[in-house]
Amino acid sequence: MRAADAFAKTKAEGRAALVGYLPAGFPTLADSIKAIDIMIDHGADIIELGLPYSDPVMDGPAIQRAADRALAAGFRTRQVFEVAEAVAGRVPIFVMTYWNLVERYGVDAFARDFAASGGAGLITPDLIPDEAEEWLAASDAHELDRVFLVAPSSTDERIAATVAACRGFVYAQSVMGVTGARAATSAAAPKLVERTRAHTELPIGVGLGVRDGDQAAEVASYGDAVIVGSAIVGCYLETDDVPSGHQRLAELTADLAEGVRR
Amino acid sequence: MPQPDVSGHWGEFGGRFVPEALIAALEELDIAHAKALEDPEFQAEFDRLLREYGNLPSPLYRAERLSEEAGVEIWLKREDLNHTGAHKVRNVLGQALLTKRMGKTRVIAETGAGQHGVATATAAAYFGFDCTVYMGEEDTRRQALNVARMRLLGAEVVPVTTGSRTLKDAMNEALREWVATVDHTHYLIGSVGGPHPFPRLVRDYCRGIGDEARAQLLERTGRLPDVVAACVGGGSNAMGAFTAFIDDDVKLYGFEAGGEGVETGRTAAAINSGGIGVLHGARTYVLQDEDGQTKESHSISAGLDYPAVGPEHAHLAATGRAVYEAVTDAEAMDALEKLARTEGIICAIESAHAVAGALRLAPELDPDSIVLVNLSGRGDKDMGTVVDYFGFDKGDQQ
Repeated sequence: MRAADAFAKTKAEGRAALVGYLPAGFPTLADSIKAIDIMIDHGADIIELGLPYSDPVMDGPAIQRAADRALAAGFRTRQVFEVAEAVAGRVPIFVMTYWNLVERYGVDAFARDFAASGGAGLITPDLIPDEAEEWLAASDAHELDRVFLVAPSSTDERIAATVAACRGFVYAQSVMGVTGARAATSAAAPKLVERTRAHTELPIGVGLGVRDGDQAAEVASYGDAVIVGSAIVGCYLETDDVPSGHQRLAELTADLAEGVRR
Repeated sequence: MPQPDVSGHWGEFGGRFVPEALIAALEELDIAHAKALEDPEFQAEFDRLLREYGNLPSPLYRAERLSEEAGVEIWLKREDLNHTGAHKVRNVLGQALLTKRMGKTRVIAETGAGQHGVATATAAAYFGFDCTVYMGEEDTRRQALNVARMRLLGAEVVPVTTGSRTLKDAMNEALREWVATVDHTHYLIGSVGGPHPFPRLVRDYCRGIGDEARAQLLERTGRLPDVVAACVGGGSNAMGAFTAFIDDDVKLYGFEAGGEGVETGRTAAAINSGGIGVLHGARTYVLQDEDGQTKESHSISAGLDYPAVGPEHAHLAATGRAVYEAVTDAEAMDALEKLARTEGIICAIESAHAVAGALRLAPELDPDSIVLVNLSGRGDKDMGTVVDYFGFDKGDQQ
């Protein structure tokens, strides 16, 4: 499944999509698969699998800690394909990854293996289209979506060039700052979505900061997808009791899913 | 002089591997730097600052007794005599002047042992900027004296508790902070690494090392050196020393921190034992595992203890214009002691890698060869390490 399949459904239902993020291998490899199934069961429309990395410069403390835990437990890049394969079929599965991991695996090989495991595409937070020649070719060859980011500081020229390189959807980084749950979402977000929409027909996902159904509803009023990461990771960070984490995740996802349907 | 392409690539190296949110600030910086380079007023102010405040130009010194032992003529570029004790004052004054020009009022920096942090705090005090320095928690304990210096100079020191709690994590944290504060804050990066235009910009502010040494040596000997030797962590002092000679028939040698030896894996020699990858915004040589996760670096010298290298060095290595060799902890400490005992100069352990490299090269050179060694910093900060290494606190001095 590709992003377009999910957005066709949410558009028909007149609502925004819910995108749930979790690092592969967190809280454990098996439990990351279980957690993703829980998210899909409770209303997530698209899944973003994080690829744990030693130097995640765009992530706040919650996702950093989760990635550290997965790496400390021995997570390997190739295992992201196992996770993707286990959860693919019901909703589009994206991988969100820092670029060095893909480059090290081999850009074309990564695209090939991810496509073979049923993946939809990549979200690349530290790869701008200007540096993405090899990835543009590989994503074409293996029919994968490619999602680049736009930010409040992006010029209109850069937004135009970035959305032209995107396929599937566009990721709007709604605040100038790292990932993490915030009490209030950004006032800059609606403006960024509006500026981006002037340059593309693609759906626009809004990331960074959403932690509950109310905030999801607010973001859903202007964005085409509500992306939730740190709050989801938080379900497992404060407890060693994974089943209770699963329970919290089920409740959170249901709340968020209700939010995007208001 | 070689320049990167318009988007900051030297061959396959360099570029911008950063979140889109930072691109606007990097563009602004690129334009501001290009304008400053061509602005006589900026250059005059930079020169004045270096001269009156930085104690520059630094002397070029013919090391008689060391030359005798080595069997070639060794000249030392005495960057250890600069204000704040290293070449780094050039970079921080240049970037601080640029910060002022861009109308920003705050600087942030990463630091390992604290030398770049102290230099940044110094420039911030001089210009009246707010200053926050990110430093691995472990380093704040080991380098308490430098933490005290930064605080005395008015900087806030933030211990970084994420990842491996070392320099690379301090750099991650500075990048994170920069994304959130980029409208009024300049990231005063400490070496020729990071996304374009930082590698070029830092080189341009450090190139006075080589420009001065070239003129000084020509005046004193009528010749160019046969070899230029410098230590390489991120590589700012080496780029500063190399740039003036890059179009000349002069051999350029960079000496990386071999740590316990590149074959042991406990090393910081990114070119000699890393692979090509992306770290902190640039494609370069990176110490990394099979998956591309960054490996922890090891060196007795905190200033070289970094798992990557500036992209222009990667390019010079790949094209063969410069040669990069690894110098072990033990070789560097031997050279540090030899320099102290033959010349009465206690240099930084970083710089001792360059001295050690020059001494290694000497037997293969003609006896009338001139070797220019960049003595990038002084050794006061390293006395704790020196005491431990040589056992000077155990009464068993050799």
